Amino acid sequence: MKTTRRDFIKISSIGLGSLAVATPVVNYITGNSNDNPLSGTGKISRHANYCEVCFWNCAGWVYKNEEGKIWKIIGNENDPHSNGRFCPRGTGGIGMYEDDDRLKKPLMRVGKPESQEYKEISWTEAFDHIAAKMKEIGQKYGNESIALFKHGSSSKHFGHLISAFGSSNQAGPAYAQCKGPREEAFTLTFGEPLHSPEPLDIRDSKCLVLIGSHLGENMHNGQVQEMSEAIDKGISIITVDPRFSTVASKSKFWLPIKPATDNALLLAWINVIINENLYDKDYIEKLSVGFDKLKEHVQQFTPEWAYGITTIEPNIIRETAREMAKAAPAVIVHPGRHATWYGDDTQRLRAIAILNALLGSWGRRGGFYMAASAKLPKFSSPAYPKPKWGWKDINPEKYPFANEGVTNLIIDGSHPDYKGVNKIKAWFVLGTNLPVSIPDTKRTIEAIQNQEFIVVIDTMPTEITGYADIVLPECTYIERYDDLRVLPHREPNIALRVPAFEPRFESKPAWWMAKEIANRLGLGDYFNYKDYSDVLDWQLKQIGSSLDEMKNLGVKKFDREFDDLYFAEGETPEFGTTSGKIELYSEELASYGFPPLPVYKPMPEPETGFYRLIYGRSPVHTFSRTTNNPRLTELQKENKLWVNPKVAKEWDFKDDQEIWLQNQDGIVSEFSIKVRITERIRWDSVYMVHGFGHKDKRLTRGFGKGISDAELITKVLIDPESGGTGMRSNFVTFVTENPGKEVVS
Amino acid sequence: MKEELIISGRMNPNIDPVLHLWHWEIPVYLFLGGLAAGLLFFAAFYVIRDEKDRFPTAVKIAPILAPIAIIIGLIALFLDLKHKLFFWRLYTVIRLESPMSWGAWVLMIITPLSFMWVGGFLKEVFPKIDLKKGFSSKLLKLVFKESEGEVNWKWKYNFLETFEKFIIFRRKELAWVILFYSLILGVYTGILLSAFNARPLWNTAILGPIFLVSGFSTAAASIMWMSKLPEEKKWFSKIDIMLIIIELFFILHLFMGFLAGPQVQVDAAALFWGGQFTVYFGLFVVILGLIMPAIFEVMELSGIHVHISIPAFLILFGGLIFRFVMVEAGQITRYLY
Amino acid sequence: MRYAMAIDTKKCVGCSDCVVACQTENNIPLGYARDWVTETINGVYPSLQLEFRSERCNHCDNTPCVRTCPTGASHVIEGGIVKVTHEKCIGCGACIQSCPYDARYSSPEGWVDKCTFCDHRLKDGQNPACVEVCPTHCMYFGDLDDSNSPVSKVMANRKWKVLAPEAGTSPQIFYLI
Ligand SMILES: Nc1nc2c(c(=O)[nH]1)N[C@H]1C(S)=C(S)[C@@H](COP(=O)(O)OP(=O)(O)OC[C@H]3O[C@@H](n4cnc5c(=O)[nH]c(N)nc54)[C@H](O)[C@@H]3O)O[C@H]1N2
Ligand SMILES: Nc1nc2c(c(=O)[nH]1)N[C@H]1C(S)=C(S)[C@@H](COP(=O)(O)OP(=O)(O)OC[C@H]3O[C@@H](n4cnc5c(=O)[nH]c(N)nc54)[C@H](O)[C@@H]3O)O[C@H]1N2
Ligand code: SF4
Ligand code: SF4
Ligand code: SF4
Ligand code: SF4
Ligand code: SF4
Ligand SMILES: [Mo]
Repeated sequence: MKTTRRDFIKISSIGLGSLAVATPVVNYITGNSNDNPLSGTGKISRHANYCEVCFWNCAGWVYKNEEGKIWKIIGNENDPHSNGRFCPRGTGGIGMYEDDDRLKKPLMRVGKPESQEYKEISWTEAFDHIAAKMKEIGQKYGNESIALFKHGSSSKHFGHLISAFGSSNQAGPAYAQCKGPREEAFTLTFGEPLHSPEPLDIRDSKCLVLIGSHLGENMHNGQVQEMSEAIDKGISIITVDPRFSTVASKSKFWLPIKPATDNALLLAWINVIINENLYDKDYIEKLSVGFDKLKEHVQQFTPEWAYGITTIEPNIIRETAREMAKAAPAVIVHPGRHATWYGDDTQRLRAIAILNALLGSWGRRGGFYMAASAKLPKFSSPAYPKPKWGWKDINPEKYPFANEGVTNLIIDGSHPDYKGVNKIKAWFVLGTNLPVSIPDTKRTIEAIQNQEFIVVIDTMPTEITGYADIVLPECTYIERYDDLRVLPHREPNIALRVPAFEPRFESKPAWWMAKEIANRLGLGDYFNYKDYSDVLDWQLKQIGSSLDEMKNLGVKKFDREFDDLYFAEGETPEFGTTSGKIELYSEELASYGFPPLPVYKPMPEPETGFYRLIYGRSPVHTFSRTTNNPRLTELQKENKLWVNPKVAKEWDFKDDQEIWLQNQDGIVSEFSIKVRITERIRWDSVYMVHGFGHKDKRLTRGFGKGISDAELITKVLIDPESGGTGMRSNFVTFVTENPGKEVVS
Repeated sequence: MKEELIISGRMNPNIDPVLHLWHWEIPVYLFLGGLAAGLLFFAAFYVIRDEKDRFPTAVKIAPILAPIAIIIGLIALFLDLKHKLFFWRLYTVIRLESPMSWGAWVLMIITPLSFMWVGGFLKEVFPKIDLKKGFSSKLLKLVFKESEGEVNWKWKYNFLETFEKFIIFRRKELAWVILFYSLILGVYTGILLSAFNARPLWNTAILGPIFLVSGFSTAAASIMWMSKLPEEKKWFSKIDIMLIIIELFFILHLFMGFLAGPQVQVDAAALFWGGQFTVYFGLFVVILGLIMPAIFEVMELSGIHVHISIPAFLILFGGLIFRFVMVEAGQITRYLY
Repeated sequence: MRYAMAIDTKKCVGCSDCVVACQTENNIPLGYARDWVTETINGVYPSLQLEFRSERCNHCDNTPCVRTCPTGASHVIEGGIVKVTHEKCIGCGACIQSCPYDARYSSPEGWVDKCTFCDHRLKDGQNPACVEVCPTHCMYFGDLDDSNSPVSKVMANRKWKVLAPEAGTSPQIFYLI
């Protein structure tokens, strides 16, 4: 199917007259190789974009070859997220575009709601149907009963649509399944969340403490690059992970902690740092409140106490605490990103925030810098109608500190067992694969079955599309305009996405879909443009640039308004907390009956024969979205189950033996997984990469390859402060014989 | 525990997870090349020594197999090429450092020589050819025509008649040339593998002599099998026993060399010693292909009758398996991972 | 001039970006690769060592692959880069058998292919694609004869090793340890 560049040169030169025809013939005879991919007569072009394979959103260039086909995608040198270098997923991102398994046409379910049969329909039919359904459901239950599950840049357009329609029920897995507890813990402590990319000054740091954060496998580009730069400068890394992660192997200290006991270690560290007077006295005195209470509180949490819980020796705990203090304030106790682990996550992240405060790293070079964003004017659009209720009202008692939509709360409101009045009756799902991303899939599906209407906007036929009444095929980021990327960084900056190609098949950009649906709902005023490029051009002109300029630049940086990347010497900055100070002790938490100072709570343990299921990232994949990508499945086509040799011996496992997993609730994995016997994992746990084991046969590369951690995560420990869904208290045992489950077709 | 993995990238067909680029074609080619070299060598040798009537099978009949073996071998080699239409590139350069290159050239030379050799004896060996009936006669008529006399055919073209006369007249000189090139051919098929130092199993100087001796031994076995004269049979039987003993001796040296070598070679040897090739090598090559035929031939020589086809077949079969085993196993052995 | 590469195992995270970048840059057909990544683990939990290595043709000084090539398709160009001229290659596999690193493969079209050090990029003064993409900046490329090249500079200050030195090929990819 793919013609190589060399073929092309031969083919194209035939069209160029006799002289050119002769060249390949001459080459054939003289053996002059022409394997230089850049030579040739055609024109190579490049098109600005920012990567959508994960939410680091690195800016780069999509290259077209002389044939006008996609060639490669390369980072933009001026982009602070990528510094001109994409991660493997970004580099292989062109596979998203190339994938022939993509959704090609709008689909409508035929027959019963549980049927898996779809017919292709036209875009007009799809939009007419959707608009009619929205009106009908809006009339029956109120416009608020329509919710949007979203992830990714193009979800803004549908967010805009449902807001215009009168619903504020939007949520994404990036909060309650990801960084929710972290954002709230930092807001409670420092008065602001960390956002993305996290304002970590890793490149100038002298000590980096990673609690689980598996940089190098977690390929968040800027962080990996800065960590590497810091390694060159001799940074000392302390990694706390029950698994010998990639970064553990680069660390001065690897603390092979017993899973689920991090809070004990953190408290012991705080204990040592306070009791050995290693904390930043001046900083704490001037900028924080509650130190005395904290000091008193942590007296009980000695390293000896923590040893019994974490299996980390007291002298190591002391030594690492001193290592951090030695580097302070150029030290980062990394806040992590996927923070929803054990349901006490706000508490863990509070301990991390407090530790950073004690070390004085917030607002300091080599610690946390003060990020700044570019300011873009809003494209004019009428004010949104005010909804009568929102997601918080589904269950007002729950998750008082959640500041963003909680997916699982919306699922609660959608579930047949919901007793409240604020019911969700229809879903839009864009760019998130809910059955795989939200734990307790069974409950998600029950909520889905309870809906009157579901629209899924996706690029691929993933699990979630199988539950839709209407499936809308979105084109990939390589084929569409989206909003400018405006994310905080050291320097304010913006990045542009332009389509490098016409959308393949009949796929379309989300902005167009949202606009077409809005027109049918009489909400056309909210989408007052012909093409999304009009919006971008207008916005850019307001800030002294233009679409044309940005097409050439890709990324534009702006000066910071103030010289406040770090706190100035002697400055007493004000924090966004109620007290205006760093809150070591949180009155706010106390007022809701939560521990105002971090605590350690013992977690459930596996029974004999069971192992804790832990999961993480592969550097070459992003969740379930890349596990059918032709470029990236090439690098890794399945996940394997990491098993310690001791355990393997007990079970008489061989490398690559196929086994099935059964969890504590009797759920057996649908597919088998190959065993990888490795010392890199503890004997009480097993490990796998999230995102594999696709169940849709239309995913020709991903179907049945490895297994999905999500299907085994049926026990969810919810973080009561933020609503984050802790997923690491699931235990599995091995099934060596095929449990004979029929594969659903 | 030590774990060593290729985590991405390398799943190149025929290379990964282990090299398996060369399949049946190369061992067959090496076998036939060695056989042809041996046959031509013996034929030329006894012409030079003026013993052509003492060993008529070796000189006149058995060499008929040589061009056939070479042609089949070349077909096998051609099949092995992955970029076949470019095979002619072989004949645009001579690269003395590359055995493949000079091997190709030797074959280029020795193929017509072997035809000449066989052609020069054709009237002696086949005085009567049926050119009257059947499909085969149509083919034969492309080069032969009917004639009168003791020999009932002539070459179709007169220049071939002239050329034949020339060959017969200059047979000794031709024998010298063939002797030279058959040795080169033998050496070439022998050292082809050992030129690839990258495979620990092949990275030994003794492999060439082993293949050379083994090729000659298969040739001797063929002659002894085809011969009807008891004296010739016996003589080649003796030659064969001698070659087998030399070969066994070389094989012993080969393994001693491996065991004294670096770890990769110890590992290579292990493939034959309790490894996956033990049965093939130990049973088929050493016992059935060398020791048993030697015993049978000694028995025959000392008067206990064993049908000559048995040792002859065993030697040929053993020789073929030997090449298969060496090519397969060699590709498995490696320096890394 | 002597092109060479030094790869810092202390920084490489085994992410395989170098592999996919090579594949896109050089139009490598799906299912084939010029470079690859290995992972080596030694020890017993929890005292473990782990090394990632990005590997490719070593552009050896002593090139058995070029020696054994019967057609001259495999050859050495300026700077010691070992290349294959596809139109001269008959696909005999001699070079593949000669390479102790299994760095060559037989392309679907039949000719043999391997890392070229991206010589087409070098002409434009760019680094090889893998070097240029590596998110940990752990690969250094340049001319060993020039003491100011990135590769010379980093090698002057660090300990290094090569792979399978006993194979005698004098490889020119150096692993900083
Ligand atoms: N390549 C790649 N990179 C990605 C992504 C991707 O999909 N692919 N996704 C991005 C996103 S959205 C996120 S949120 C981040 C997530 O990346 P991180 O925030 O780094 O993820 P973690 O939750 O820390 O989870 C992984 C690590 O936690 C360890 N772990 C498990 N249990 C415990 C425990 O009890 N204690 C401790 N200390 N460690 C434990 C695991 O062994 C593993 O090494 O990655 C981002 N980067
Ligand atoms: N079991 C388990 N669950 C987890 C995690 C885990 O590690 N383990 N990680 C959690 C974390 S940290 C996060 S951030 C979330 C991530 O959760 P999700 O973002 O839901 O992750 P994906 O599985 O990648 O699903 C993305 C979906 O978007 C589609 N898609 C990709 N690009 C586009 C596009 O351009 N347009 C549209 N319309 N669709 C697109 C994909 O085809 C896919 O169906 O998952 C969380 N859930
Ligand atoms: S980190 Fe990688 S996948 Fe994520 S946006 Fe950047 S290049 Fe794309
Ligand atoms: S891109 Fe760099 S860090 Fe990643 S595997 Fe290759 S050499 Fe290592
Ligand atoms: S690594 Fe292999 S292919 Fe490359 S030069 Fe060395 S021997 Fe030749
Ligand atoms: S496969 Fe090609 S490059 Fe390799 S030795 Fe044969 S002709 Fe030369
Ligand atoms: S130097 Fe070029 S050809 Fe060689 S591995 Fe790197 S990217 Fe591939
Ligand atoms: Mo996430």
